[in-house]
Amino acid sequence: MSKKILLEHINVPGILHYDVYRQHGGYASVEKALKMSPDDVVEEVKKSGIRGRGGAGFPMGMKWSFIDKKSGKPRHLVCNADESEPGTFKDRYLMEYIPHLLIEGMITSSYALGANLSYIYIRGEYMWVYKILERAINEARAAGWLGKNIMGSGYDLDLYVHCGAGAYICGEETALIESLEGKRGNPRIKPPFPAVSGLWANPTVVNNVESISAVPWILNNGGEEYAKIGIGRSTGTKLISASGHIKKPGVYEIELGLSVYEFMNSDEYCGGMLDERPLKALVPGGSSVPILPAHLIYKTANGEDRLMTYESLSDGGFASGSMLGSGGFIVYNDTACIVRNTWNFARFYHHESCGQCSPCREGTGWLEKVLHRIETGHGREEDIDLLWDIQRKIEGNTICPLGDAAAWPVASAIRHFREEFEYHVRFPEKIKNRDHFVHEPFEKVRHLVARQEV
Amino acid sequence: MKIKSIHQEINITETLMARINELISHYPADKKKSALLPVLHEVQDAHDNWLSVELMDKVAEILEIKPIEVYEVVSFYTMFNRAPVGKYMFEFCRTSPCCLRGMEDLMEYTCDKLGVKPGETSADGMFTVVGVECLGACGYAPMMQLGDYYHEHLTKEKIDQIIDDCRQDKIKMH
Repeated sequence: MSKKILLEHINVPGILHYDVYRQHGGYASVEKALKMSPDDVVEEVKKSGIRGRGGAGFPMGMKWSFIDKKSGKPRHLVCNADESEPGTFKDRYLMEYIPHLLIEGMITSSYALGANLSYIYIRGEYMWVYKILERAINEARAAGWLGKNIMGSGYDLDLYVHCGAGAYICGEETALIESLEGKRGNPRIKPPFPAVSGLWANPTVVNNVESISAVPWILNNGGEEYAKIGIGRSTGTKLISASGHIKKPGVYEIELGLSVYEFMNSDEYCGGMLDERPLKALVPGGSSVPILPAHLIYKTANGEDRLMTYESLSDGGFASGSMLGSGGFIVYNDTACIVRNTWNFARFYHHESCGQCSPCREGTGWLEKVLHRIETGHGREEDIDLLWDIQRKIEGNTICPLGDAAAWPVASAIRHFREEFEYHVRFPEKIKNRDHFVHEPFEKVRHLVARQEV
Repeated sequence: MKIKSIHQEINITETLMARINELISHYPADKKKSALLPVLHEVQDAHDNWLSVELMDKVAEILEIKPIEVYEVVSFYTMFNRAPVGKYMFEFCRTSPCCLRGMEDLMEYTCDKLGVKPGETSADGMFTVVGVECLGACGYAPMMQLGDYYHEHLTKEKIDQIIDDCRQDKIKMH
């Protein structure tokens, strides 16, 4: 069994409640932090090397150090619990089963940042989890961990849960702030960054649930201890949400550096392929990251073992690599249709585009439309190049990364699975049924479109 | 869509108003507007799961903001309904990980059983079936949301049971 930091106590009966959580060492990091200076707490998090667990992987301690403490304005910590990246369901698992871990992390982290009013922004669909968090916050307040003069330290903190209402874009930190201000979730142009001008124009740090939930362990055991786990710049543990064609879908905590092969095939994790069918593709970090074909999943293009780290998963760049992203690990067997999957994701991004930037607002719609016609047997040979052209014109040309997130899955699908697109265009009668590859996997018909090697 | 023509009985009860005031208290006194999303959820839940123009105006009045500030928010977020929906709204996650585990067949089965197409409400006003984007339950697919809760690892048998429970008013919504 590998080291568990976040999920160590998740199966303890009653851990949902304050008393049990406290009996298992809960809130110790708050006691410890309150005896330290806020800057020393930031220092520990810096030493841990932990990188943001929401998807971007930005070093958390560095993000904290950017917060403007000089202006004298009130500061805020906002937890991003708007988990909506397709393939990702780890934050919900933490909040639903061990809510006090996040609350403890929020208190310790707010203290480090000098925030006296902090929020957990949770997606509106997780309404029952919102209520779990509200109850847990009330328990923590009753026990004296929130409010005025916490544990006689002179430090005050109010913490509330805020719910969204169904908008993926609110997972982008500036859109999240807009939404928390009671507005549409339109991302802001940066700079200014939230660390200078965030919620109500006050200095604000936005961190993912999983990142904040790791702070108690880091404080209790020291940043250096945390940095010993993992490999190189990928320190610590990471929650992976595993879904798709595997035997054991679910949320797993891994030490960064585990091999993709072991994660996929070990009984401790995914347990191998569903019905023993062949592995066809993998999206390792949520729908936004490039999809990998079978031959690039267990090994990199250089023939090295592919590891579950930020570096190894992105090895080879977009030509032959992908990204760790949010850890949304979606597995596809040979019955899956890559064109259908790409169309499905394009529909998602079209639906979720906020509409501010034309390349994204229009481009995501075009991607969806062209992919839909290819998938339903109305595609043209030139559509494949058209898709390439559209995604290229979206990428890098928008205020926020939603445009890139919509472009990358399309680009990688064409890069690695072009023959499958050609098959759809040339043999429309063979793909009329949406389960086309369930009945006849692409491997069996690939010869119809395979190029002759010269 | 003729929204204005559908009448909605507005009833801000004392309990609801107390909850609204509690939500408003979570934000600084001069930032009442921040409470808009949570307040809209509460108000919609108490009004048959939809928001008429009159109801949105009422929310604007309570939060001391302009009606347009409510309309532009309600029209942005998919969880707010601007027209009546069925008493039981089955929201199937239609994003790829759920499709890999049979979501499409299951939603078709549900629609056939209830005699509706995706997006429609049954003639008796009891059921609406819609496909929505990723609900963050990919490992427990196929799944749907009903009220505040998720129903996961769905099968045809489970759908049959849920529909029966709805008809007998035995399903937990909030």
